[in-house]
Amino acid sequence: MKRHVYFAAGVGAGIPIFLGYLAVSFTFGIMAKNCGLSVFQAVLLSASNLTSAGQFSGLTLITAGAPLAEMAATQFVINLRYCLMSCSLSQKIDEKTPFFHRFFMAYGVTDEIFGVSVSREGRLSPFYFYGLVAVSALGWVGGTFLGVVSGGLLPARVVSALSIALYGMFIAIIIPPARDSKVVAGIVVISMLLSLLFAAAPALKEISSGFRIIILTVVISGAAAVFFPIADDESGGQQEELS
Amino acid sequence: MRPSVYTYIAVMAIVTYLIRLLPLTLIRREIKNKFIRSFLYYVPFVTLSVMVFPAILTASSGKCASAAGFVTALILAYCRKSLITVALCASAVVFLVELLPII
Repeated sequence: MKRHVYFAAGVGAGIPIFLGYLAVSFTFGIMAKNCGLSVFQAVLLSASNLTSAGQFSGLTLITAGAPLAEMAATQFVINLRYCLMSCSLSQKIDEKTPFFHRFFMAYGVTDEIFGVSVSREGRLSPFYFYGLVAVSALGWVGGTFLGVVSGGLLPARVVSALSIALYGMFIAIIIPPARDSKVVAGIVVISMLLSLLFAAAPALKEISSGFRIIILTVVISGAAAVFFPIADDESGGQQEELS
Repeated sequence: MRPSVYTYIAVMAIVTYLIRLLPLTLIRREIKNKFIRSFLYYVPFVTLSVMVFPAILTASSGKCASAAGFVTALILAYCRKSLITVALCASAVVFLVELLPII
C-alpha cells in the first residue's frame, strides 16, 4: 500500500480522537486563560506537549510559580505510563522501518493514539500513525485555541457530552477482542474492578491516577503473562509496510 | 526569580517527549522472550480498561448520563460497531439524558 493511503486511513481512524480532544482541550483552553496564559502560550503548550493530565497539572504548577524541578518531577510521574505504551508500540513497528521515524512517532504517543494504533491488525505503518497524530493534534490544538479565545462558543452540554467520546472509543477497542478471548475478557473485568478498588478504597485512593495505571498495568499484565503466555503467532502478525 | 511561562512549557515538553522516545529508540529489535512478549501483548487491554473505569462515570457533568453513555458504549462495542459509531452514540446518549429535567 502507498504512504498516502496509510495516512488517509490514519486520519479516518483518528476522527473519534479529534472530537474527544476538541472537547477536553476546549476545557483546557478556558483554564489556561483563567491562569493568565496568552493564546499563543496556551496553543504552544498544547502543541508541544499533546497530553491531557500533564498539561492540567502543569497549569496548576505554573500558576503557583513552582520550581522547575518540581515541574519536571510532576510531568515525569504523570506521564510515565507513556513509557509502557512506547515499549508496547516498539514491538508493533517493523524492524525494517527506517529508524528516524521513531523520533517523529514518539511525539504522538498518547493514551488515545496508542489505543487506536495497537488495535490495528499487523505491523504499524509510521504513515498510518502520522495520520492519527495529525488529526488528533489538530483537535487538541484547535480546541485549546477555541477555549482561550471564546470560552462560550461551544455550549457546556455539548462539551460535557463529547467528553465521554474518548472513553467510548476505548471501550470499542477493548470489547471486541474480549468477546473473542476468555482470557482477555477476564483481564478487562479484573482491570476495571481493581481500578475501581484503587479509586475508592481508603489509602489506595491517595495514589494518583497516573501511578494507578502503571501499578495495575505491570501487576495484571505480568500475572497474565505468567499464567496465560501467548502463542508466537498472536502478537506479531503480518508485516504491512516497510518504509 | 520565577521562571517564565516559556521555560515551564519547555521543561514539560522535554520531559514528556523523552518518556515517549526512549523505549521506542532503545527497543529496536523484536523481543523474543516469551514472558515479555506476553506481557506487552496484555498491556493495552489492562491500561485502557483501567483508564475507562471508573473514570467514565465522572466524565460528563452528570453521573446518570455518564452511566447511560457507558452502557451504550458497552452494548455497541459488543456488537462490533466502529470506534466512531461507539464514541458518537455514547456522546449522544449523554447529551439526551442530560436534557431530561428530572435527573
